[in-house]
Amino acid sequence: MAATLGQLSRLAWRESRTARRRLLLYMSSISLGVAALVAIDSFASNVTRSIREQSRALLGGDISLNSNAKWTVQQDSIFGALTAKGATLAKQVQFASMATSPGSQATRLAQVRAVGRGFPIYGEITTSPPGQYERIHDAPIAVVDEQLLQVLNVKVGDTLAVGQGRFQIAGTLADVPGDPGLSSIVGPRVYIGDEFLNTTGLLVFGSRAQFEVLVKAPPGIAPAVLLIQYNKKLEEARVRTRTVAENERNLTSAIGQLGDFLGIVGLVALLLGGVGVASGVNAFVARKMDTVAVLRCLGATSPQVLFIYVVQSVAMGLVGSGIGVLIGVVTQFALPQVLGDFLPVNVRVALEPRAILTGLAIGSWVALIFSLRPLLALRTVSPLQALRRDADPTVLRVKLADWPRLTVDVAMIVSVVWLAAARAGSYERGFALAAGIAVALLVLAASAASLSWLARKLLRQGWPYVMRQGVANLYRPANQTRAVVLSLGFGAFLVTTLFLVQANLLKQFDGARAASRANLLLFDVQDDQAPGIDSILAAHQQVALQRTPIVTMRIAGINQWNMTQMLDPANPDSVMRATWALRREYRSSYRAKMLDGEKLVAGQWFGRRAARDGEPQAEVSLDKELAKDLGVKLGDIMTWDVQGLKIKTRVTSFREVNWARFEPNFFAVFSPDAIDKAPKTFVVLASVPDAKTVMQVQRDVVGRFSNVSAIDLTLVQRTVSGIVDKVALAVRFLAVFALAIGIPVLISAVAATRRARLREGVLLKVLGATQAQISRILLAEYALLGVLGALTGMVLSFGGAWAVMTFVFKVEVALAAGPALAIAGLMLAITIGIGLLGGRDVFRETPMAALREA
Amino acid sequence: MLVARSLTKEYPSGTSSLAVLKDVSFSVPQGAFLSIVGPSGSGKTTLLGLLAGLDTATRGTIELDGTDLGQLSEDQRAQLRGEKVGFIFQSFQLIPTLTAMENVQVPLELRGDRDAEERARALLERVGLGHRLDHFPTQLSGGEQQRVAIARAFSNRPRILFADEPTGNLDVTTGATIVALLEELNRESGSTVVIVTHDLALAQRAHRMIRLRDGVVVEDVATASAPVTGGAAAGGGVSAPGAQPGAAVTTPLPGTTATAGAPGASA
Repeated sequence: MAATLGQLSRLAWRESRTARRRLLLYMSSISLGVAALVAIDSFASNVTRSIREQSRALLGGDISLNSNAKWTVQQDSIFGALTAKGATLAKQVQFASMATSPGSQATRLAQVRAVGRGFPIYGEITTSPPGQYERIHDAPIAVVDEQLLQVLNVKVGDTLAVGQGRFQIAGTLADVPGDPGLSSIVGPRVYIGDEFLNTTGLLVFGSRAQFEVLVKAPPGIAPAVLLIQYNKKLEEARVRTRTVAENERNLTSAIGQLGDFLGIVGLVALLLGGVGVASGVNAFVARKMDTVAVLRCLGATSPQVLFIYVVQSVAMGLVGSGIGVLIGVVTQFALPQVLGDFLPVNVRVALEPRAILTGLAIGSWVALIFSLRPLLALRTVSPLQALRRDADPTVLRVKLADWPRLTVDVAMIVSVVWLAAARAGSYERGFALAAGIAVALLVLAASAASLSWLARKLLRQGWPYVMRQGVANLYRPANQTRAVVLSLGFGAFLVTTLFLVQANLLKQFDGARAASRANLLLFDVQDDQAPGIDSILAAHQQVALQRTPIVTMRIAGINQWNMTQMLDPANPDSVMRATWALRREYRSSYRAKMLDGEKLVAGQWFGRRAARDGEPQAEVSLDKELAKDLGVKLGDIMTWDVQGLKIKTRVTSFREVNWARFEPNFFAVFSPDAIDKAPKTFVVLASVPDAKTVMQVQRDVVGRFSNVSAIDLTLVQRTVSGIVDKVALAVRFLAVFALAIGIPVLISAVAATRRARLREGVLLKVLGATQAQISRILLAEYALLGVLGALTGMVLSFGGAWAVMTFVFKVEVALAAGPALAIAGLMLAITIGIGLLGGRDVFRETPMAALREA
Repeated sequence: MLVARSLTKEYPSGTSSLAVLKDVSFSVPQGAFLSIVGPSGSGKTTLLGLLAGLDTATRGTIELDGTDLGQLSEDQRAQLRGEKVGFIFQSFQLIPTLTAMENVQVPLELRGDRDAEERARALLERVGLGHRLDHFPTQLSGGEQQRVAIARAFSNRPRILFADEPTGNLDVTTGATIVALLEELNRESGSTVVIVTHDLALAQRAHRMIRLRDGVVVEDVATASAPVTGGAAAGGGVSAPGAQPGAAVTTPLPGTTATAGAPGASA
């Protein structure tokens, strides 16, 4: 008769009595990893579910039709046909313009939205006080973002000037479906009825505006069917279409990608926790050897022993994961407060059982698989140990071909790869991630081994005793060098990688901030308005720093192919060219010189090579990414349709453009002779010293030329800084969070040898060592461990950050050694702190107690 | 019945090997009370480990109730221990996280007994600890801990009980009560008891004493405590009937030992 599982479980429960807290501490290494996964997964599915539920409101109709130019006769006839078929249509025109308070004379660039009746078809734009949005068609009134009121120092009921038009502010916007709150920071929104659009006198030649028509399919016709019927006509008329499903897909895939990245961070954190669990359980196993030996004497078989301790670990792993789930859920409920502004949807926060169960399952599995490996050692504990206290040091020695252990190893590797693949979206990336982690662990193990080796080689008898003792601890039997270097290094690796990724992402913006000399940007300046702008600037003792001409155009042909041929799927040439790049409208410029923010990566700048026979004289330089998408090579001939006129150009160079700079940047830059006669508008950059002058210049410009928009770049920069700060805060939170995981992991790592250290310390005390001496021994050991672990982790993190920036964010990486060193220093301090904390127990115990215990 | 034949245990030591036990043979009939004595390093504990199946011999065989321990796997030996063997250790070896009651229950639960709790309670009452069932080892005195250990050792009704220096960590008076308890239980249960000790006084209270020196049996004699009806002979294989009521509750009389070997081999 053998013991039932119930009896063994009961024994396991009783036997765990004093160890539960300790085991739970080790298992808490995984709690934060689980918390991250649960929070991220739950929140991501909250968001995607909210998007799905609100998808029609987010788009506003079944189908959205868009164009960058005023609707043409051809396009209008399609809309007529749709209406005739029973579809409901609603229109909107959206453009940037200066909004001015005639009272305070303050101005601010705003997003003006002139909407037709019935816009949006689905969803509801709500206002405070309620019901104002519905009134905008009846009178010249506007509903605006709260923020605009603050900037212009006006209140509801005051008058707002947009171009020549005057509108009474009837209320503020409460909710606009499909618009993230963040979009109002860039430019506050101003809603007016399209009946009053003409009173503004805006939308002149060259003005940038978005024209949108929302379509509701007639009853009985599915939106998809309707779209198929009209797709060809719409395409010919150059109307972009967007369906609810596409919109939903775009929104959710963006959220999904962010979720994936964060999920990978969470997973790596969880694996770091796994390392902590392994070293903690290792310590636990060392403590339990005596009990196991007795159990073996009393007739316990090794499967029974293993069962008892696996049950304990699994139970505590479950509790650790459960705590993680709780933290995760709390975080999930807090996230909309933090991220709400970034999201296009009102997130309905709800418990996500799937995410919770997944988190619990992954956490428990990681706890099990990582504790199983050290627990397997309990199988080999000999009952003889109960008789002989001088434990056989070979007791836990592992055999080379130990099948259960190899099975656990394989299961561990397979589950890490599988988890990574599930998170990263493909087995390929899963393998890459797992391989990255494996390399990091191997490098750390190697550096730990070399530390032990070096300590042995370099130790000199001439050193002070405490130093020798501390250094010798690094290589003596049952040392903790590998455990500590591994956990510490991996923790440092994770934290520093996150930090570097953050620093690099933010640097993109910082670079842009620093590079721009101008702080006032005037755009949509017409050809004949340029002298007027100059005189306004001169009146304020300012000059235009840069006047950039802008010419709008489309591609008409490349080499022998015209547009129709290139868009024909039957044409083999069409495969290599991206449709978006062929079809879009280009706002191009011309100039003789390159800008500071640009880099020539191929070919030669204008005028270096004369045209050969039959080649056009005009030259064009393309952004290298665009050239790739267009499938254009140096020397190709591109034909452009410049407002009806066909212009042939030679492609003579490719540039790398820093799009993040606050400067007008262009996909295509022409040699001046090519297009300087074409109809154009200008962007004028000026550097105006103080805020007051900026406001005055803006006011004067808008007062005289209502179509011209002015952007106070300082304001934009401040806005961008605000957003950047929010992102930075999120990433920094992740880094702190990784650091928080690192602490229980380190404690677990140190725990393995804690008892041996304690006993040794007490013996030294018996032999006359002072507290200071023992502290210094510990200091020497932990300082060396800390320095090595933190530095190796730091070096690894350079690799990690490079990989993330290159493969995930696809931007160049710059490695900041300073902050990385600071993190390494922090990790070092934590290590020494934990080490010395353990040493405190040496002084708390009386030598007798410790000796008797042994 | 426990039979040891030509037991030899060697440990690798550098390139050669070190023999800790050399060709040890003897047999112990069921119910006997045997002590194994010898100075430190004589091989006592090694012999005990082999007899109890905690370790395997380099050469030779051990038969416990007709089962050759050498033929069993590690786990089969563990099961055999659970069914037939009891242990008492010098340092008590109670599991610190379990109460007195639970410690006694462990061997019973390991083999799946249903009446573990009743039996544990009865045994603890028998050893005089009925009032300390829910105490943890650290809350018990040394003597009490050893009594829990004895209750645990007898919980599975062992055919044979091994005690390794059972009084080694106790003061003289407490030690004496523990030995008396062992003697009583030996009589009541009919279990064979094998005590390893270097305390000659304790050894004398067994019915038979085997003396080891340098891994070799140098003496195997009946003691003064041996029941009068029994015979004792050197050389092993001689049975000493146990379960004789009233045979050995008193302190042995020093000087009446029937020694065949050197008397100087005391602890």
